[in-house]
Amino acid sequence: MAPVTTQPGDIKSILAEKGLDRDDPRLVGLLDGVKAADVERALAEPCGRYSFSRLLTLISPAAADFLEPMARQARDLTVQRFGRTIQLYAPLYVSNYCINSCRYCGYNQGHNYPRRRLTIDEAIADADVIAAEGFRHILLVSGEDPKFITADYLCELAGRLGANFSSISVEIYSMSEPDYAKLFAAGIDGVTLYQETYDRGTYGEHHPAGPKSDYDRRLESPDRFASAGMRRIGIGALLGLGNWRTETLAMGEHAAYLMKKYWRSQVSFSFPRIRQAHEVRDEFVRPVSDRDLVQMMLALRLCFADAGIVLSTRENADLRDNLTPLCVTKMSAGSKTSPGGYTGESATKQFEIADNRSPAQIAEMIKASGAEPVWKDWDAAFSQQRG
Amino acid sequence: MDKLLIADRQFSSRLFIGTGKFSSNEVMARAIEQSGSEMVTVALRRVDIENENDDMLGAIDRERYLLLPNTSGARDGDEAVRLARLARSASGINWVKLEVTPDPYYLLPDATETLKATKVLVDDGFVVLPYINADPILAKKLQDAGAATVMPLASPIGSNQGLKTRSAIEIIIDQATVPVVVDAGLGLPSHAAEAMEMGADAVLVNTAIATAEDPCQMANAFRLAVEAGRMGYLARGAGESKQANASSPLTGFLRDA
Repeated sequence: MAPVTTQPGDIKSILAEKGLDRDDPRLVGLLDGVKAADVERALAEPCGRYSFSRLLTLISPAAADFLEPMARQARDLTVQRFGRTIQLYAPLYVSNYCINSCRYCGYNQGHNYPRRRLTIDEAIADADVIAAEGFRHILLVSGEDPKFITADYLCELAGRLGANFSSISVEIYSMSEPDYAKLFAAGIDGVTLYQETYDRGTYGEHHPAGPKSDYDRRLESPDRFASAGMRRIGIGALLGLGNWRTETLAMGEHAAYLMKKYWRSQVSFSFPRIRQAHEVRDEFVRPVSDRDLVQMMLALRLCFADAGIVLSTRENADLRDNLTPLCVTKMSAGSKTSPGGYTGESATKQFEIADNRSPAQIAEMIKASGAEPVWKDWDAAFSQQRG
Repeated sequence: MDKLLIADRQFSSRLFIGTGKFSSNEVMARAIEQSGSEMVTVALRRVDIENENDDMLGAIDRERYLLLPNTSGARDGDEAVRLARLARSASGINWVKLEVTPDPYYLLPDATETLKATKVLVDDGFVVLPYINADPILAKKLQDAGAATVMPLASPIGSNQGLKTRSAIEIIIDQATVPVVVDAGLGLPSHAAEAMEMGADAVLVNTAIATAEDPCQMANAFRLAVEAGRMGYLARGAGESKQANASSPLTGFLRDA
């Protein structure tokens, strides 16, 4: 592996210094060294503030015996900061063309299946279905292939979506800062981009070719889109690739860095667990159990009182119902993970979803849990272009 | 209780209510009712202001409550102005609670952008109620710019910490010529009573009511606390003394002088 060039204070050097960008046995030693008394002390501290040692304590094997008190604190903190509300959004897949070779993904360029990119009119047809279901927050999702999906395409689509949606975000390939600035000017106000894994070695194994094989370029993507003005920064690790405990520590450091440096933008965490996908074998998956997932979500909430916590339809209905009151602030519902999926199931999906309930059913579930489903929590008027 | 006058409008209740964080619009409506409030603030980001069938707006009786749109989420003055203008053209409401909070975590107000936006909105005919840090000089400048009230925070919004900025708010109350509405951070009815006893003209409460186990009862408790605090202020309590007062005064010998 080539030596990493870093600037003091940048995210590369922060991760390198703490051993978070590699499979560092020191970290495992630190995690295993946490005692029950340390966890009790951490739980007696003021809730919701981050430090590396606090997150390390709460994500340790020892803390796995404290999920119930952690859940109580996380629930209370979330109610205090976000209220009894859950915000809803829907993903709109616009293209499954991809020039990357991610081993875990259905869109892998080596996979042989019919590819499709929606025309702007086709995307609007799907978006109309989403809007009719009640959604006002939409997430545009795409594989990476600049022949098919460009910043200009997304800007044009955002312009057409403006009439129906209060907030438009994207979950797409890593772009340049000027391209992110174009998207922001067109009314796109959030970007979600997962590092997939913070461990350079594992990252290299899973991203053998294509532009995404560049770990550093991906790691610095949030810097570029936050600099371009994006209000919502979504980060996460794809769970099942690396050691979930050290991935959580890296997410915490990444979030703390982004919150300090880009203090006008809000950071959200997502917890995507690897799902079954077209032609994907899963012998490499390092399973993350429900208990592990819960510990991860709670530990991050107890360190970041005001971070968004996102739960997608990758998780099944039963688990989603139980996770919702703990610390979740945002959920997708009724998701279709193939381009054109809302107007007809024609193209290959990125992955199989596990919660097939309709948006109306999800809204009922949220109400039954004692919270208000919030469809609109932003306004097009915030954007100069759209306001 | 004595009436409160803001701009040209009289209020019998000195408790203003925020509408975020409630578990449902029905619970919100009942809590507002119990609070006795006559002014209810709504985040423009949460509602379709032009849509009469909007779920949240539909739950607020506009005959009984003055709807005060707020610019929650605005990162700078320009955004807040744009939002307020669109809301006015869609709804006809020319009152606005001005919130410019560039940091999405503590949601602390930006003094310079708030002052700038207040000037623009006042010139444009708005009744402006700016949310500010407890900064007496900023309060004076806003007053000079034509703000209808000033709304200093008691502590960071949603924190339920109570009157952490007490001494600065005392100065604002002492000096202001417009009503002083203590906003943000009041977590208990006793905090609201304390603010009112100090001479605040009104308080605004949201999180403490919306996230209580029983929001309706908590709304009622805040109503009573605000009334008690106001009455206590008007009755001019005897005030506390750091020292005990000697029952045999040192200057008693002067009695015959």
